[in-house]
Amino acid sequence: MIIPRVPVQHRRLLPDRRLSGPTPWVIAILMMLTLLAAAAGVGLARSAGAIGSAIAGRVTVQIVTANPETRAGQAAAFRRAAAARPFVLAARTVGQDELRATLGQWFGSAEGDDPLLKSLPLPALVDVDLAEGDRRGQMRALRALVAREAPGARIIPHAEWLGPVARLIRSLAWIAGAMVLLMTAASAAVVIMTARAALGTHFATIEMLHMIGATDRQITRLFQRRIAIDTAYGIALGSLVAAAILLLIGWQWSGVTAGLAATASLGAAGWALLLALPLLAIALAALTARQTLLAALKKIL
Amino acid sequence: MVEFDGVGLRYGPDAEILCDISFNLQPGSFYFLTGASGAGKTSLLKMLYLAQRPSRGIVRLFGEDLVAMPRHRLPGFRRRIGVVFQDFRLIPHLSARDNIALPLRIAGVSEEDLSGPVGEMLSWIGLGDRADARPATLSGGEQQRVAIARAVIARPQLLVADEPTGNVDPEMAMRLLGLFEALNRLGTTVVVATHDIHLISRIENAQMMRLERGRLSDPTGALRYPPANKA
Repeated sequence: MIIPRVPVQHRRLLPDRRLSGPTPWVIAILMMLTLLAAAAGVGLARSAGAIGSAIAGRVTVQIVTANPETRAGQAAAFRRAAAARPFVLAARTVGQDELRATLGQWFGSAEGDDPLLKSLPLPALVDVDLAEGDRRGQMRALRALVAREAPGARIIPHAEWLGPVARLIRSLAWIAGAMVLLMTAASAAVVIMTARAALGTHFATIEMLHMIGATDRQITRLFQRRIAIDTAYGIALGSLVAAAILLLIGWQWSGVTAGLAATASLGAAGWALLLALPLLAIALAALTARQTLLAALKKIL
Repeated sequence: MVEFDGVGLRYGPDAEILCDISFNLQPGSFYFLTGASGAGKTSLLKMLYLAQRPSRGIVRLFGEDLVAMPRHRLPGFRRRIGVVFQDFRLIPHLSARDNIALPLRIAGVSEEDLSGPVGEMLSWIGLGDRADARPATLSGGEQQRVAIARAVIARPQLLVADEPTGNVDPEMAMRLLGLFEALNRLGTTVVVATHDIHLISRIENAQMMRLERGRLSDPTGALRYPPANKA
């Protein structure tokens, strides 16, 4: 049991000073940071996963032939030829209006109706989604197709320019995971120090209890209960603050709908992990306290 | 009941503070342990109440070898021993009643069953009206009475007391000694370490052990070869 049951009369063997020491507060801070790091880690991992799966098989073919009609013809011919290939899941020509609208964001014209923008010669773009399989072979076949249908066109695999971003996000997720582990270890260290300090403070009581025949188990349960409850207070407090911060960030995040930020979310599994962490932390604290106390008591006859 | 054979005790690399201690305490007997300060009385008592293992020799308690006994079996033996410490060792945040009830609670006696004996014991030591007082508010003598009550409440088979009457007036000393005698008559083996020569003379048939520089003086051999039947 995480918090052992101890008869009420036995509980009085330790003075009742709830939340008087630094332990619950230190644990609260560590728990809050752990939950925030865990949330960041989960969000970043999901974001990296979403980007990774989105870019893994996507290629854009950029046709830059000077003559607009020839350019459009090459784009259409390439799209048709690509769509007929078995290793291509989908091929789509990016419309000129869509291109202008995207560029318009940089030109200060959301609709893409800026006269200067309209005068610019834009390349024809064809997005190709490749099926799962031998990526090198697919790229070789695609290059041959491009050379035949649109000579001089550039092939841009998305993984080439978004891959480093996905790797960076994945690295940040790992760092966040490592921070969770480090803070868990720090929390365990705090519990060990608390248990040792409690043994030192109450050594006379422990010695007395030993002398009148108390078993290690009886004494351990007494201290384990106290430390687990103190830790649980800290964990509850830290979790509440972390939940408030996460809800605030989530509320602000809900307004972000574009770019990489839109791919970040916790998902059901992420929320389940965040809910499980405080319970795991209480269990870890109780177990750590128990082992520390038993080890210390074994040194006394 | 208790057998020490060639027992020696040293702390760390220093010379032995107890040397070649051999005696045999008979069930239901009464012993006084005397000796000058530093002679090793408290160390000998610590081995008796299982707070210390000897460095060498054999210690048998209730028929079992305690030197080789695993730790987890010691609490069962300790519950059969009552100890009165020289410095009382009352738990400061517990009331007199709770301090006295401690051995019974540790032994798993229910609150219903322990309230009667604890109340009687409080009345007997004259602290019935101070049952809820904490040790810090009790006088030295009152604390000592609580310590003695705690040691005897569970009717131990062996009672070990280190200067139990050092802080009480002569009248209370006699009353406490009377309690020890009564327990002794009920079959408890009593070992009292004391300097009080008057106390020693009050108990008929009590035997005396004297420690001198870590060695037990037993010129008559009564401890090693005690009378077969005290009665």
